[in-house]
Order: sequence, then C-alpha cells, then structure tokens
Amino acid sequence: MSAPGQNYLTASKGIRSWLLTTDHKRIGILYAVSVALFFLLGGIFAVLVRTELAAPGETIMGQDSYNQAFTLHGVVMVFLVIIPAIPGILGNFVLPIQIGAKDVAFPRLNLFSWYIFMLGALLALSGWLIIGKVDTGWTFYTPYSSEGTNSVLWLTTAVFVAGFASIFTGLNFIVTVHKMRAPGMTWNRLPLFVWAIYATGIVQVLATPVIGITMVLLFLERLLQIGIFDPALGGDPVLFQHFFWFYSHPAVYIMILPAMGIISDLMGTFSRQQVSGYTFIALSSVAIAFLGFLVWGHHMFVAGQSAISSIIFSMLTFLIGIPTGIKVFNWVATMYKGSVSLKTPMIYALMFLFLFTIGGLTGIMIGVLAVDVHLHDTYFIVAHFHYVMMGGALIGLIGGLHYWWPKITGRLYNETAGRIAAVLVFVGFNLTFFTQFIMGSRGMPRRYHDYAGLLEQYPEFAAYNMVSTVGSYILAIGLLMILVYAVHSLLRGKRATANPWGAVTLEWTHTGVVPDAHNFHHVPLVTRGPYDFHLADDVFGSAADDGDKP
Amino acid sequence: MAESSGTLKHYFVSSAQQFDAAKMGMWLFLVTEVLLFSGMFVAYAVYRTWYPEVFALSSELLDWRLGALNTLVLLASSFTVALAIHFIQKGDRERVVVMLLLTLLCAAVFMIVKYFEYTGKWSHGVFPGAGFAPHGDYAQYNVAYAPQFFSIYFVMTGIHGVHVLVGMGVFVWLVTRMVRGHFSPAYYTPIELSGLYWHLVDIIWIFLFPLLYLI
Repeated sequence: MSAPGQNYLTASKGIRSWLLTTDHKRIGILYAVSVALFFLLGGIFAVLVRTELAAPGETIMGQDSYNQAFTLHGVVMVFLVIIPAIPGILGNFVLPIQIGAKDVAFPRLNLFSWYIFMLGALLALSGWLIIGKVDTGWTFYTPYSSEGTNSVLWLTTAVFVAGFASIFTGLNFIVTVHKMRAPGMTWNRLPLFVWAIYATGIVQVLATPVIGITMVLLFLERLLQIGIFDPALGGDPVLFQHFFWFYSHPAVYIMILPAMGIISDLMGTFSRQQVSGYTFIALSSVAIAFLGFLVWGHHMFVAGQSAISSIIFSMLTFLIGIPTGIKVFNWVATMYKGSVSLKTPMIYALMFLFLFTIGGLTGIMIGVLAVDVHLHDTYFIVAHFHYVMMGGALIGLIGGLHYWWPKITGRLYNETAGRIAAVLVFVGFNLTFFTQFIMGSRGMPRRYHDYAGLLEQYPEFAAYNMVSTVGSYILAIGLLMILVYAVHSLLRGKRATANPWGAVTLEWTHTGVVPDAHNFHHVPLVTRGPYDFHLADDVFGSAADDGDKP
Repeated sequence: MAESSGTLKHYFVSSAQQFDAAKMGMWLFLVTEVLLFSGMFVAYAVYRTWYPEVFALSSELLDWRLGALNTLVLLASSFTVALAIHFIQKGDRERVVVMLLLTLLCAAVFMIVKYFEYTGKWSHGVFPGAGFAPHGDYAQYNVAYAPQFFSIYFVMTGIHGVHVLVGMGVFVWLVTRMVRGHFSPAYYTPIELSGLYWHLVDIIWIFLFPLLYLI
C-alpha cells in the first residue's frame, strides 16, 4: 500500500499517525519511548538510594523518604520497565517479521495494551505524586500494605491495570506464533527469540491473572476490610505471600526468558554458525516457563511455611537449573569454532553470559534451605536478583536494542562509543553489585536506610557501601552514554544497509533497510532454518561485508 | 478482537485463518478468566479447610432455592446462546435475534434474583468485611470467621455478577449488529466468541453454587 521508497517510519506522518497506529513496529517504538522514560525515572531512584547509603548516617534523606525511594525504584523497574520492555519493544518490532507475518494477530488489541500499560503507569505515578508515601516495597506484603496510606490503593489498581497490558501482549504473541507463520516457517525453523517470547507469553497468560485477583483482594482488604490477608481481622498474611509469589516468581521468567531469546539470536549471528542445540534451547524455554510455576514457595522459607513444603520447593528450585544450564552450555558451544565478531551487541551477549551465570548460580545457593535462612533479607538477595534482572534481563535488552537498532532506525551507531559504554556498564555493574554479595554474606540487611549502628561490629560495611555507590555512578554514566550516542545516531548516524550483521533471519534478509509498513512486498517462502548460514549465501550473497554503502 | 466488518483483514491470508486466530485468542482469554477466579477459589478452599464449621453454619444463610433457580436460568441461557450460533450458521436471522434476546432475558433474571439476595442479606446486617454485623434473626450467625465466609461470598459472586453484566452489554451489542445485518453464515465470529464467554460465566456459577450454597 505504501509508495515505493517509503517505509514504516515515513508511510504516514503526524502525532495521530503514531498514537492511533496499529502497526506492530510503531507500537514497539511507543513502548520503547515510554519504557525509556520509566527506566530513567527508576534509575534516578536507584541513584538516590545508593547515594543515601554511600556513607553511614543520614546522607541525603531520612528513613521515610528512603523507604519511598526504594519502593518506587522497585515498582517502576519491575512493573513499568523489565516486565513490558523486551516483549513490548523488541517482541512487537521483531517477532511478526521473524515469522514472516504482516502484523500480529490482533493489531488493535496490541495498541490497546499499550494504552492500558500507560494508564497503569499514570495511576502508579499519580498515586505517588498526589497522596505520596508508599513504603511497602514492591512486594506489597500485608500488613504493611493493609495499614499505612491510601496510595497503596492507587498502586494496586495500577498493577492490576498494567497486568492486563501484559496479558494481552502475551495472548497476542501466542496466537500470532500459532496462526500467522509464513509458508515453510515450521516450528523448528522459528528463531529462538520467537520461541522465548512464545514461552514468555504462556507465563504472562497463566500467571498475570493471579496477580490481578491478588490486587483486587488487597484493594478490597483496604477498602472494606474483608479479612482475607489482614492478620488483625483474622486473615492470613502468608496467604498473601503465596498469592503474590505465585505470580511474581513466574514473572521473573517473564523478565528473563525474552532476554535469553535475544542472547540465542546474538550468539548465532555473531558466531556465524548454527546455534548449538537449537531444539534444546527452544524447549528449555518452555520447560522454564512450566517449572517456573512450581517454585514460588522458595520466597517463604522463613515465613512460617511448613518444613515439608520448603523441602519440596527447594528441590523444585534446583530443577530450574537444568534447562537454564542447557541454555548456558549451548551458548558457549555456539561460539566454539565459530567466527566470533565482537561487535557491541555481542559484547552485551557475553556480558549476559557472565553476569547471568553468577545470578543463576547464586539463585541455586539461596534455594538451599539452610543457606537461605542465613542470607534471607540480606544484600546477598539484592545482589542476586540484580545480577538476574539487570545483568540478565536488562543487559539482554540493551544487547538486543543494539542489534536491531539499524533495522528499527535505518542508522548505525558509533561502534567505538558502543564498546566504551559497554565496558563502563560492565565495570560499574560489578562494582555496584558484587560488593553487595560480600556485604550480604556477612550480614548486611536489605532495606535499611542506615548502617551506622552495624559499623562497630562490621567496620568493613562502610567501604563496601562506598564502592557500591561509586559503581552505581559508573553504571549510570555508561547508560547515559548509550543514550547520547543513540540520539547522535538518530540525527547524524551513518545510513545502515539492510543486513549490516550478515544475519540470516527474515527481518534481515527479506525486508528493506527499514521495513515497509506491511513488512514484506511478498510473503516470504521459508526454506531453511533461522541460523543456516551455509544455506543463506545464495540468497543474499556474502552479507558479512561491512556494508556501509546505502 | 471482534472485527468491525465481515471483510478479511489485510494481514490475514484467509477468512479461515482469521477465524481460527480469533477463536484461539478467545480461548486464551478464557484461560486468564479461569485463573482470575481460581485465586478466589483457593482463598475459599483455604478458609473452608481452616474453619469448616463456620462455613457450614454461614452457608445456611444463603437460600439454596434462589441459587438453584439462578443455576437453571444460566443453564437455559447457555442453551439459547448455543442455539443462536446454530441459527446463524443456518442463516436464520430472525431466530438468532430471538435467541440473543432470550439469553439477555435470562441474564437479567439472574441479576434480579441476585439483587434480592444481596439486599436481603444487607437488611440483616450481613455485609462483607468490617461492616459484618448480623442482627435480629441472624444474630446467631455472628461468629468468628463468619466475615471471611461472607467476604468470599460477596467478592466471588460480585465479580461473577460483573461478568454477567458485561455479558449483557455484549448481547445488546450483538443484537444491534444483528439487526443491522452484520452477520451471516460466512461471518459470525463475534457471536461465536460471545457464546464461548457466556459458557465460561455459566461454568463458574456451576462451581460457585454448590460450594457456597449447598455444602
């Protein structure tokens, strides 16, 4: 429908053409802009938290402000950044093209889910601005949340609403993968990113309604005192924890699975060979999605859960290590004897491999009952989930954004700047969080606004906290540097070619530099797998050259 | 998910693909509905296990005859909505409208019965949560953990009732589209999907009725 020479960016103009678009690629960009803003906001809270902890005693804020800062950091980063980020941005942009479809199965529902996501975000932030003072942490445990101020009502409504955005996105992708694949795009020819988003969709559809009803019950607990969760009324606070983690543990896989999918694609493309153990990686995503539903109790080892439940949950937690290990070993094997090229996206892929492995292995450690009793509610836990959530999910997202940037924008970014920023992020991240492993293992409790009282017994905490704070500043500088060269690339970046990395999935081989509004001129006929580099040369020649020509 | 016209959307290859996609999307949505209610069923199971005598006593306050009436009404409405799909496949538009209106009528009867049940409870001080203060004939039911039973009763039937109201809105919308001639044996996806939704609303009630009224 679009005129020759036009692409999805130029096919129509004006703010309305963006806000009312049903094009999956434009919706991906709507998500990108909004998530980037929330990431900046969540990042500011993170820096505030670290600055308060830089030195003992009150540094920049008192305990109430501190409690709010870490609560908002958590809520914003979990619900408004990591959960929607990869499916919303890259899933939307890439997945339909990778399977050879013109759009997702339900484009209007897709746009609608962005609007309800934004409504949820608006509710969360306006509740904080108007009423203020949410200090429950992102987990909303009762009785913290059943007492205190009414801004909890706003936040629970926000999480309920934003949850539907997640459900509709997952539902859309599942149906799209089932029903919209191009001729020849069999299940064992799906790129591993598609498999990962598909597995994520299953978790989104099955787990998110449970946080929905949990938030409804918590809302009614506040409004009518229904006595289900509030111990003062005969309710059971541990029941709330079961409800909450029945969603929020699988939600961890909503966050990490898409990143794993990106890493699989990056490993194949930048090693220029078949991804090792394709079927195992694909099915391990589904296995993680399934096992993820059986481990929520490991968050409650010290919450009065019965010993036998704890033992079972502990064993099931170890099982998650199997599909995860399958992925990690296959990624390493993919590089073996490959032509590994260390472009910026690949540097992030390697960073993911390194950081996520630490995050994953420490997860096994705290799945051990006796160890968890010692480490529970210490900085060890904080470090563990930041290695998974930031070192895993967000590093995967950043790698993916670098990888698909030329396809999304038609421009290249400065490779040198990209590598320098990656090094800053890596160094800053490890300084920030590795010190927290050490502190945590020595007993530094999480969520404290001050540790002056601990210094007599543990004088080393002062130095560790200082190092951690300096690390967070380096990390912030690295991330800001990405923003700077991304903007530079948009304005002045070199024009990209259709396939600057020499990848062989459809979004690189069968679309223009920037895809058309309807992705393809002709529906592709797929005759090979997503990483069959040896079969792809005859289609597009030697695509591996630098490709600076327009 | 319902399309505004019978024509094929450009991103689908065939009408069959479009119909299959819509139907699969609806089934997945119904899965999320089941999980939404399953949270409440878990809360019910937990509190029932902890306080079986209180739950047995409290359920005496619910009139099983009204519950049974509503069960029959909803079952009948599931039948009429299935007939609506049957008749649209045959191209018998008049009967489709009749069946949709009958379904709507059943849903309205259900809500009216529910209204009398709720107000009957409230007039005796049986409110959910902190407002729970049964008096008069009902004073003997004011025992510890009875509020939990009635909280669960009002939340579950309340959220179910919201689903019935949404369904009624959908049927009104279907009737207006039917009258404007939007549906034919070649294209009736919205009726099919609404029927699926309505059966789910029915099934949830079939679980609620015995758990709350009978045992």
